[in-house]
Amino acid sequence: MRVIPFFSWLILTVAIIIGLDKQWGSIPSIGKFLSPQHGFWQNADPYDKDFGGDLKFPQLLDSVNVYTDERMVPHVFATNDHDAYFIQGYVHAKFRLWQMEFEVYAAGGRISELIGEKAVNFDREKRRLGMVYAAEKSVAEMEKDPVTKNEADAYTAGVNAYIDNLKESELPIEYKLLSYKPEHWTNLKTALFLKYMSLDLAGHENDFEYTNVRNFLGISTFEKMYPYGQDSLDPIVPEGTEFPPPGMNVKFPSNVDSVYFMKTDSSEAILENKPDRENGSNNWAVSGKKTRSGKPILCNDPHLGLNLPSLWFEMQIHTPKFNAYGASFPAAPGIVIGFNDSCAFGFTNAERDVRDYYEIRFRDSTMKEYLFNGKWIETSFRYDTIKVKGGSDFIDTVAYTLFGPVMYDRKFTGNRTAGTKYYAVRWKAHDASNELKTFYLLDHAKNYDDYYAAIQNLHTPGQNCIFASKMGDIAIWDQGEFPAKWRRQGDFIMPGLDSSYAWQGTIPQQENPHLVNPDRGYVSSANQFPADPKKYPYYLGGYFPPYRGLIINKVLSNMVNITIDSMERLQTNNFNEFAAMAVPLILRNLDPDSLDANERDYLDTLKKWNFFNDANEAGATVFVLTWESFENVVWSDELGKCKGPTTFPESSTLLESILKDSTFEFLDNINTPKKETLRDDILAAFRKSTVSLKSLDIEKKLSWEKFKDTRISHLARLAPFSSMHLNVGGGLNCINAATADHGPSWRMIVELTDTTNAFGIYPGGQSGNPGSRYYDDFVDDWSKGKYYKLWVMNKSDFNDFKVKYKMSFGK
Amino acid sequence: MKFLIALLLTALLSFVGGLWLPWWEIAGASFIVSVIIPQNSRKCFFAGFVGIFLEWGILSWWIDFKNNSILSQKIAQILPLGGSSYLLIFTTAIIGGIVGGLSALTASYLRPASK
Repeated sequence: MRVIPFFSWLILTVAIIIGLDKQWGSIPSIGKFLSPQHGFWQNADPYDKDFGGDLKFPQLLDSVNVYTDERMVPHVFATNDHDAYFIQGYVHAKFRLWQMEFEVYAAGGRISELIGEKAVNFDREKRRLGMVYAAEKSVAEMEKDPVTKNEADAYTAGVNAYIDNLKESELPIEYKLLSYKPEHWTNLKTALFLKYMSLDLAGHENDFEYTNVRNFLGISTFEKMYPYGQDSLDPIVPEGTEFPPPGMNVKFPSNVDSVYFMKTDSSEAILENKPDRENGSNNWAVSGKKTRSGKPILCNDPHLGLNLPSLWFEMQIHTPKFNAYGASFPAAPGIVIGFNDSCAFGFTNAERDVRDYYEIRFRDSTMKEYLFNGKWIETSFRYDTIKVKGGSDFIDTVAYTLFGPVMYDRKFTGNRTAGTKYYAVRWKAHDASNELKTFYLLDHAKNYDDYYAAIQNLHTPGQNCIFASKMGDIAIWDQGEFPAKWRRQGDFIMPGLDSSYAWQGTIPQQENPHLVNPDRGYVSSANQFPADPKKYPYYLGGYFPPYRGLIINKVLSNMVNITIDSMERLQTNNFNEFAAMAVPLILRNLDPDSLDANERDYLDTLKKWNFFNDANEAGATVFVLTWESFENVVWSDELGKCKGPTTFPESSTLLESILKDSTFEFLDNINTPKKETLRDDILAAFRKSTVSLKSLDIEKKLSWEKFKDTRISHLARLAPFSSMHLNVGGGLNCINAATADHGPSWRMIVELTDTTNAFGIYPGGQSGNPGSRYYDDFVDDWSKGKYYKLWVMNKSDFNDFKVKYKMSFGK
Repeated sequence: MKFLIALLLTALLSFVGGLWLPWWEIAGASFIVSVIIPQNSRKCFFAGFVGIFLEWGILSWWIDFKNNSILSQKIAQILPLGGSSYLLIFTTAIIGGIVGGLSALTASYLRPASK
């Protein structure tokens, strides 16, 4: 043996192996990652991969068969509900495990475990909002009910059956990239996922921004800039409908004027990191008298953040007790938006403000006691340990008051507050509820009464629940457990010194706005006001965009002989109702003679525009930039007087105000001696926008689709795993509400003929694996506005040519 | 001939080992082959290098071919290799080859120098 060369080469070889095996910061082990038998190559599914197979699980009560069709949609045939939910958990995990866990990590504030220090503030915010606290309460409620407990237990067992049989080489690629492994699933994780949806849909508020505006400009200016109600109103329950006197009488606190409305003491500035308010949606159902088939048609397209892997997973579940088809949430059992053999159901967001803040007075900075109703009350604390990759654990102490967790205090400002005051958050999602039961009962529903019973379980996020049945019923309920508020309650930060500003109760369920089998033959919602605020006996705080609702109702009221085709055209319609109202006003007030030749070119583009946000339209780009610049011209001077963050008044407020009154007081720039008019502002706005238009023109990005640049990003923002630069029209205020990163996340049309005739599509693919051909194979068709026929498989179809693979599960 | 046998045996052994063992079993496979098939150090190195280069190269090429390069194009953007599947396959093979070659070379020094 040649000792010196042997040991020299040995040391070098071992050093290289260790170097290739080690993770360097965020770079995974190179050797393992590249190894064709261990690393990412194992995630490159063969194009003709066989998804069939025979598996045995002792947890099953009986055998279950899963047939996957050409689009990889699983059709689960089980002999009992328990096995169906077990297999649903297994199948969700098989196709979407990484996404399920990642979303739950995000919901529970655990992202630091994956990416380190930089996510600590993101995580603290989730903990301090009480996401885990809320999920714990919700899981207790879920497990109190034997039906949902069995359902959730079976689902969890199914997910874990997949995880336990997963070889390391088969781990989803994101685990390999981020170098971690899946944990066991729990019912708490399912609950956390549902809270993730609550945060997305019922976590929006402007309380700090509004407080700021009130403090600096006063309540009367505030009321003009942010009025309650709208002129262009076509609520879910038609205008003119009378409501019975309220069963719940809400009283103003006695000192509301001095302490709340007239308060001008400058609050601490906060920059809220808010859920996207473009989280809107459309749904409608038309009765048989308006359709060609004589049977109801139900349509739904929830607009949510567009991501890959998609939020939705399409499947059919068949047991002797129910047969449901539709979009499910990987991470939760059941079909969420879909149909069964008797009826169809869907949702849009109710948009109600159910998240308020109270300023708490603690005895001292230890926060051990706070003043409430004249007494010092003991605080309870929750100690949240945040594990940090590559660092030491971060332990956050969160104070809990009678209102809820103190989200912002001296130790956590999130760079948002000055850190001198304490704000507790009261969020409806903190209250125990069992939303899983809603989906369970809807999947099993046979008729309107079953649907009505099902939605009683939906507390938060409040939704406009739409329904149509083969018996011919159509209905919509603006459903949720909504706090009964006095006018403007919670729009500003409230004093937390006593119970006088607390929520006084809940709007009685039967008083929630609803419409059942109306004479007009259709029900619809598009996040607009659920009822006329002048008539409805409760305060409807929140943001309610009016325009999609207007156009939907206008079209539906004129339609007869409706077919699936005409519904597809409506769902993918790009007409911009807001622009149709605003552009004539702009043109009336813009004198071409005061523009140069170049500016006049863009004016011509706007003049020629037909108000459709079609992909190739430059007019839509000109309009959007002009309007944006107009809002800036009008509001910047007033809001500039407010120190700290503010939010622009709604576009509908500005448009409605100037349509009513061309001398609207805010048109004047308060920083100049001159009194500006509408014409001055529009000219200034248009000129400013042409600067941007010119540079877009040079970059060849003037067409609407290029400007808007719709994309579907990977959940961990890995660009190569995303679908970028889609050729898609539509946008804000269009029924086809596809913005840059939000849009119709599941388009579904169900005709309730004897054999259900249903169509649908979502922008994604059934597999969560970026190495699979099924990862994003629906995206192109979705962009083109195409639909797939949803195949409700029957027991007689087991040998149908559409069945590509069969998975058999036995005991 | 001996060289060819050593090379092929390295590839075969490391493939079989890869079914159960961690990725660095390729070092073990080349080491063992280098011990049982005596050659000079230069030949040992190349037998180990080419053996693993071929094993990892052919395997990743075959996987990539069956996958229509869907994943390799994406990974080659993350790594970053300009989105080239071939460059990614080549990189994979080279990394494996270096580990295999060095390990085989090390093992060759277990014997006294050949005459």
